[in-house]
Amino acid sequence: MKNLNLTIDGHAVTVPEGSTVLDACRKLAIDTPTFCWAENLTPVNVCRICVVELEGARTLIPSCSRKAEEGMKIRTDSERVRLSRKLVLELLGSSVDMSLAKDFAPLAKRYDAHPERFGPRAARAAAGEREQAHAGHHETGDGQTAANVGQPMKVDNELFVRDYERCMLCYKCVEACGNDAQNTFAIAVAGRGFDARIATELETPLPDSACVFCGNCVGVCPTGALMFKAESDLRKSGGWDETKQTETDTICSYCGVGCQLTLRVQDNQIVRVTSPSDHSVTGGHLCVKGRFGWAFVQEPAAQDKGGS
Amino acid sequence: MVSVAGKRCVEQAFGAADIARVEAALGGARVAPARYALEASGPRRLLARAGRVDPCSIEAYGASGGWRALERALVIGRDGVIGELNAAKLVGRGGAAFPTGRKWEAVAKTPAGPRYLVCNADESEPGTFKDRVLLEEDPFALIEAMVIGGYATGAEQGYIYLRGEYPLAAERLEHAMAQSRAAGRLGPAHAMKPFAFDIELRRGGGAYICGEETALCASIEGSRGEPRTKPPFPVHQGLFGKPTAINNVETLVAVLDIVRDGAAAYAAVGTPGSPGTKLFCVSGTVRRPGVYEVPFGTRLGELIELAGGLSGPAPLQGILLGGAAGVFVGPDKLALPLSFEDARAAGATLGSGVVFVLDESIPLVPTLRRIAAFFRDESCGQCVPCRVGTVRQEELLARLANGKPRGDLAAERALLAELGQAMRDASICGLGQTASSAIESALVQLQPFVKSSR
Ligand SMILES: Cc1cc2nc3c(=O)[nH]c(=O)nc-3n(C[C@H](O)[C@H](O)[C@H](O)COP(=O)(O)O)c2cc1C
Ligand code: SF4
Ligand code: SF4
Ligand code: SF4
Ligand code: FES
Repeated sequence: MKNLNLTIDGHAVTVPEGSTVLDACRKLAIDTPTFCWAENLTPVNVCRICVVELEGARTLIPSCSRKAEEGMKIRTDSERVRLSRKLVLELLGSSVDMSLAKDFAPLAKRYDAHPERFGPRAARAAAGEREQAHAGHHETGDGQTAANVGQPMKVDNELFVRDYERCMLCYKCVEACGNDAQNTFAIAVAGRGFDARIATELETPLPDSACVFCGNCVGVCPTGALMFKAESDLRKSGGWDETKQTETDTICSYCGVGCQLTLRVQDNQIVRVTSPSDHSVTGGHLCVKGRFGWAFVQEPAAQDKGGS
Repeated sequence: MVSVAGKRCVEQAFGAADIARVEAALGGARVAPARYALEASGPRRLLARAGRVDPCSIEAYGASGGWRALERALVIGRDGVIGELNAAKLVGRGGAAFPTGRKWEAVAKTPAGPRYLVCNADESEPGTFKDRVLLEEDPFALIEAMVIGGYATGAEQGYIYLRGEYPLAAERLEHAMAQSRAAGRLGPAHAMKPFAFDIELRRGGGAYICGEETALCASIEGSRGEPRTKPPFPVHQGLFGKPTAINNVETLVAVLDIVRDGAAAYAAVGTPGSPGTKLFCVSGTVRRPGVYEVPFGTRLGELIELAGGLSGPAPLQGILLGGAAGVFVGPDKLALPLSFEDARAAGATLGSGVVFVLDESIPLVPTLRRIAAFFRDESCGQCVPCRVGTVRQEELLARLANGKPRGDLAAERALLAELGQAMRDASICGLGQTASSAIESALVQLQPFVKSSR
């Protein structure tokens, strides 16, 4: 395979053909933030937090999707890069509840982002209000408060909740439900512009939609917008306590495929099930049985019988 | 708009409809559009037939010089066609001003087939209505140009992506395509056209973003109209992932004169950097708004005079050049020669040919707020800088309009400058990249919040 030589922040780096600029940055251990990129999904380059400056290019480029080219000269910490990353953080922070996105607070600090520059948050939308927005029409307010995606949580099944005021529209769930893993296509982006949102067909509740409850969307969601109901209930009741949690790796017992499961457990109750995104069998994706079919291990009878 | 059932091509758009005009249309007569002027100051090339030759008759098209460009293309060959376009320095009229010859050459040289030729007839830039005139009044010209494009690029399938709100254009194009097929000018290889090339018409669903070339491809493919990151460029991986030439209607129609008469004749008017003529859509407070064909290099003030000058007694306030994605210039720019190179040097753009004139009677701030609302509404919503940035920009203008800035005017302008920079630098496509340009230029050139409480 051909090798490509790039210069990043003055350092020479060589990567194999087909690598992205992000791969090259990581090879040099340059800490490059990402939100919408994931190793087990096709890059959609929509969040723009990973932008870098390419010499000779009119605009900044998304490092997560842009393929490395011979001779590229790149800067990852120029004024322009810092400004765009700061604004992306401020625009997200002022319109979405990013409090559970794990990289957000440190990044806001690193880039000196102040979402409150755009004013206090406007009131949340009522249930169903955002879904009724008509493309090309919106209420223009007085600009004193910052429009945001605040809205009530959607709880329509026992397995996972959809808290779209935490949705940064990274498209990961759509990709996981579609071509990249599940091929079910139960959810997609609907609406346009600021009204764009993740939706089932015609806003049908999940149990009536094409959804097969594999939970792969939950597995990839970076903001906590999609969350196990068990976890969401605990958080609501104030019982969520990460210091009391452990993670245990096991193999799913349902069939012979051999998917690795990581069980997150608090007070002897499973609160979340994931699979490592670099696992050779799952690529991080599971089916409904491995993801949600664990109630039986928590039955008192099963626990009494121990390992039998 | 008048439609008579049972006959083709009697749906007519003629603006203000008085009884005499409606009766004439019902009687089968052709009623020229009343609302828009269709004029030229130099040679009539793009508008040679518009409003003068029956757009529903292939015989009338042939009798008025039609198909001669195609015939010459077959004589000079594929390379000859591309050579003429390069010599004529033809660049795209859809807004981005990319050299058309280079685009066609890149498609022709990309080995993976099939190749496609797409006509971008989505015409949704606010203040733009020039393609509509060509589509409605000279549909055969577009078909002939696309056949030449198919020949030069090696594409066998063409698409016309038509703005959904252009029903008359759809009807006339379908009619013209059917007649062209029957005459052997379109479709399978034929004696007069020894290569296969056909066209399919697709109608948009009312989204501005679908005029962006990669979103347009996504839309034709049946996906949500979202722009794709470039590279790869459409000439290498466009429609269905195949090499695709995408061109604006006016660009394609301009090909006809160049191929038929040669680049040297084409350059008889215009400037050395921008040979030939251009359609401008003059609107706003002028006496005769309409589509004007003028040689490149015509001064902005001359064009406005051609449109009858200012319509009222109020003095000129400013001019929006190039559409919502363009820039405002002040009255000091009336001597600006309208050419790509002069516009660039002045920090302006010709964009899609919009010349929107505002006299002092037009309140500027609501106009700016309308532009901001437009971008917010038309953003596809894919990327953060544009999806949220256009909302924040509109909110900021609302605060200034209400005289209640966060901090003071200077603080708001600094915030807008940062926002604009991030949208320009980090957005995926041209929509987000230009969403602040008209507004930022107005604040600098026209000082609306400084001068008065307008
Ligand atoms: C948001 C957006 C909207 C656009 N709309 C149109 C349009 O309606 N018609 C058009 O010809 N080009 C439009 N363009 C430009 C096209 O992307 C493309 O550059 C053009 O069709 C290429 O044709 P040309 O080289 O002949 O100009 C638009 C671009 C952007 C970013
Ligand atoms: S649970 Fe699976 S099928 Fe249902 S929406 Fe999520 S990814 Fe799609
Ligand atoms: S729900 Fe989560 S994964 Fe889906 S787009 Fe929103 S933030 Fe991304
Ligand atoms: S810049 Fe705007 S219109 Fe273009 S891809 Fe991003 S969100 Fe969509
Ligand atoms: S991580 Fe690259 S654009 Fe989101």
